[in-house]
Amino acid sequence: MDDARDDRREDEVREEDSRSAGGCEPDAGLTDLPETFRRWFAGRGWAPRAHQLELLARAREGRSSLLIAPTGAGKTLAGFLPSLVELAERSRARNSARPPGVHTLYISPLKALAVDVARNLERPAEEMGLPIRIETRTGDTPASRRQRQRRDPPDILLTTPEQIALLIASADAAHLFGDLRRIVLDELHALAGSKRGDLLSLGIARLRRIAPEAQTVGLSATVADPDTLRRWLVPQVMGGEMGDVVVAEPGAAPDLSMLESVAHVPWAGHTARHSLAEIYALIERNTTTLVFVNTRMQAELLFQELWRINEANLPIALHHGSLDVSQRRRVEAAMGEGRLRAVVCTSSLDLGIDWGAVDLVVNVGAPKGSSRLMQRIGRANHRLDEPSRAVLVPANRFEVLECRAALEAVRAGAQDGAVERRGALDVLAQHVLGMACAEAFDAEQLYEEVRSAEPYAGLTREDFEDVVDFVATGGYALRAYERYARIRRRKDGLWRVANPMVAQQYRLNVGTIVESTMLKVRLAGAKSRFGGRVLGEVEEYFVETMSPGDTFVFAGEVLEYITIVEDEVRVARSNAAEPKVPSYAGGKFPLSTFLAARVRALLAAPEGWSSLPAQVHEWLEIQRRRSRLPGREDLLVETFPRGGRHYLVAYPFEGRLAHQTLGMLLTRRLDRLGLHPLGFMVNDYALAIYGVRDLSLAIAQARLDLDRLFDADMLGDDLEDWLAESALMKRTFRQCAVIGGLIERRFPGKEKNSRQVTMSTDLVYDVLRRHEPDHVLLRAARADAATGLLDIRRLSDMLVRIRGRIDHVPLARVSPLAVPVMLEIGREMVAGGASEALLAEAEDELIREALDGAGDGGG
Amino acid sequence: MALEMAEGDADGRAGAGEGIELAGAWLTLDPAGGLYWPAERLLVVADLHLEKGSAFARRGVPLPPYDSRATLALLARIVERTKPRTIVALGDSFHDGGGAARLGAAERQSLAEIARGREMVWIAGNHDPDPAPELGGVHLPELAIGPLRLRHEPAQGAPTQGAGAVRGEIAGHFHPVARLVVRGRGLRRRCFATDGARLVMPALGAYAGGLNIRDAALARLFAGAYAAHLVGAARTYRIAHHACLPDR
Repeated sequence: MDDARDDRREDEVREEDSRSAGGCEPDAGLTDLPETFRRWFAGRGWAPRAHQLELLARAREGRSSLLIAPTGAGKTLAGFLPSLVELAERSRARNSARPPGVHTLYISPLKALAVDVARNLERPAEEMGLPIRIETRTGDTPASRRQRQRRDPPDILLTTPEQIALLIASADAAHLFGDLRRIVLDELHALAGSKRGDLLSLGIARLRRIAPEAQTVGLSATVADPDTLRRWLVPQVMGGEMGDVVVAEPGAAPDLSMLESVAHVPWAGHTARHSLAEIYALIERNTTTLVFVNTRMQAELLFQELWRINEANLPIALHHGSLDVSQRRRVEAAMGEGRLRAVVCTSSLDLGIDWGAVDLVVNVGAPKGSSRLMQRIGRANHRLDEPSRAVLVPANRFEVLECRAALEAVRAGAQDGAVERRGALDVLAQHVLGMACAEAFDAEQLYEEVRSAEPYAGLTREDFEDVVDFVATGGYALRAYERYARIRRRKDGLWRVANPMVAQQYRLNVGTIVESTMLKVRLAGAKSRFGGRVLGEVEEYFVETMSPGDTFVFAGEVLEYITIVEDEVRVARSNAAEPKVPSYAGGKFPLSTFLAARVRALLAAPEGWSSLPAQVHEWLEIQRRRSRLPGREDLLVETFPRGGRHYLVAYPFEGRLAHQTLGMLLTRRLDRLGLHPLGFMVNDYALAIYGVRDLSLAIAQARLDLDRLFDADMLGDDLEDWLAESALMKRTFRQCAVIGGLIERRFPGKEKNSRQVTMSTDLVYDVLRRHEPDHVLLRAARADAATGLLDIRRLSDMLVRIRGRIDHVPLARVSPLAVPVMLEIGREMVAGGASEALLAEAEDELIREALDGAGDGGG
Repeated sequence: MALEMAEGDADGRAGAGEGIELAGAWLTLDPAGGLYWPAERLLVVADLHLEKGSAFARRGVPLPPYDSRATLALLARIVERTKPRTIVALGDSFHDGGGAARLGAAERQSLAEIARGREMVWIAGNHDPDPAPELGGVHLPELAIGPLRLRHEPAQGAPTQGAGAVRGEIAGHFHPVARLVVRGRGLRRRCFATDGARLVMPALGAYAGGLNIRDAALARLFAGAYAAHLVGAARTYRIAHHACLPDR
């Protein structure tokens, strides 16, 4: 992918290389490079880069290596150079027959990237006259070609993690990969640390067993913890073995700034409407601008607003994951051809194919993490010798602080720390079934193989046995399903899939991406109730929380929800200026721990405030006078009355997800203490609980002890109680059940849509939770909840950190710092989330309505 | 209309559950999903779908094998609360024909304890049309007592008003659920659905899915307004049909 860029700019870079090479004689490394290659480089007026030669040298020594390089550094060519050289040498020594298998396997998180890289690889191979067959294999590859590839594999195969899982689960695996020499893992930082990465790591462990000589090459952007990725590249035997690391020369430092809007910086919200004209002016001044936002809905809104003021009729496009695939491809193509002036996009463009023409990145809203910001900045201008340019546009006052912290982090090259995690057990279950489909396996041997993969290096034998047991019969303490086993232990002690139907099921369910059920959004026609055109798709759970008449923004318009028909949401255009339902309030990504610490540090150090915009500076000054500032390590808690209600606002800075979980648990506790909380709101920085009881008074009279309220023991029974009915937990469980193969993606099989799936897995969750709370799938779901939608681990770290360090300030009125969270249009959550209370309320509400109606009629 | 029902409710709220009137018979709704007729000391439950888990396991989907015991535990609680003389299981008591034979020893034991000293009536359902003699009790296609007619599937093509109207029918089969959105939270609960002439029972089975009461298949059973009585932890909640949200 980078090669296209190299093509145009290599000459300039070469000059810089030789200038900056210093004592390093460029020709020294070249000795490794065969004549054909040297001539090819020279013929194009290029010189191979130091890290490209370095990687070649490591490969010659038989070492696996991680290459850390910025985009545009010729990373992909570096990864393939050793393979191209070997294949060239192999073809010259033609007397021996060509080994039949794949020589190099390239794995990318995106199939579009695999296709793009294949194209860019074919050109040098062709120009050097290398007789190398390069092919891709993705979900789009026709079945005939896939079959042919199994029979007659190419030299270089470019594919995705899911295809690897399918290939190694077949009987052809040994034939295909027996001669494998190298595995190139592109964008490894994006795969490692996810379930998809877990599955891939297990696949690589199997590939290593088939071809013990194979080396790995990891290609990665800069990461905080390269050692984890280095461990990924080599088998973990004693634990801690690492591949080599090669770090390419960094490109020019990025040119970063924060947009200091002339307009009033809003207290809350995520739309950055106040900076609209300035964003538009930036687009006008640059050739091609990528405008990143954090959620689809923000993308929708901003796109709509930009077009409203688009007087010059600039070609501005929209790109996000909910849009139709063909539409996304059209945008990408137009972008590649330089026909667009700007694209408003979400992280759907964080990774992937590069467009040389992008000269500015605008990040609207807070970046939430410094690593993501660096990735996005890297999307602009891939000329290594010129700085990438990026402008951050904070959407509210807290985001000003966050943007400032992120700028400083990026300038210092500081990355978010990786969240420590273990390989997921549901993914392991899928892999175990796949291995039983491939051939009969010995449990002991497979255990050792699995543990050689970095994410599973610490896997206990017990967990492994539980997973195998789960795959076989569901793994229940009640041994009811022996006769329905999916894999069986044969007389020779080896495990084998019980029948071909199970293998078929496995193939249909492979992969770790569990899509949420999507509903089409269709405009209801004024005349026909069958409606007009489809605007796109939304996640079902979003619609679940809407009542008819609610308005929301989608496809650049404010829409009114009418009803759901089959798998469609029927909507009408609305005249409402502001949607009632705040779509996805803050953003998908919670504030990273790393960035949160920097924001706290910024708050705690008033001497640094002078560099902040005046309004923000003033805001913090007033907070300091009226209340207090959150310290670096303590937890500021304010209590105050307002509008007939009493509020408790805490500032943990642990991100929206952890705050939501905390809010659920705290309101449960307050309810038990008889303090009757009514609900709460959260943002990435703070949490506000409100109710009718005077909390300042309760604290003064020692009826409420904040230390006890925030005690970490809430993560015990309170959490368990809440998890029993938490919709987020049920969603997490469903994903584990699908990935682990308990249920099929189209469970129970015949239903016309997956609506029933959601319901059924909820029922399964309820039953399993009550009867076997320690079941391996529930363990997997809890592990996900710790870092996923409920962010429990982060909450737990915080509670431990602030123990005995609660700084309570009773106030007569709302504090400046509390305003943003109070304005958060988040949905009100009833104390304890008790649906019984909600039902009673719904019933009362309706009775009252009915009585009111009767009164009107009678009067 | 809604008002009248609300008043009816208030009067009838006595004893174990909410009281309703069906074709002149006074019935109470057990919060867990049973229907009790005090005058006859008769308990009606529907769609237990016992052994649904093992039915799936046979097809390579090993759902947790605890559904039968969960369902029977619920039934035992309802029986404990209502102490009926007769229990009528309104069909689809087993998920499939082989279900009764697959029932585990412990579950068989719980079922025997529930039925001890009572009369068990198994109404035929579409999932379990044939009797399972090993379970005891009587197996009937349907049952008529006084003004009430108990059957698995509601009578076809018979509305609850006009000539030839159904009156006093209690059926299962449809697994009604009601969906509400309260304060931005979506809720989905099993429910009784009734218009005073006909009543459709909630499914009791732990793995029994649900059909929204606004679905045409359910709505057409009632000639006009009807109400959902949502099952709850300690009581049922009555919501008029038009206040419940349709799914699709």
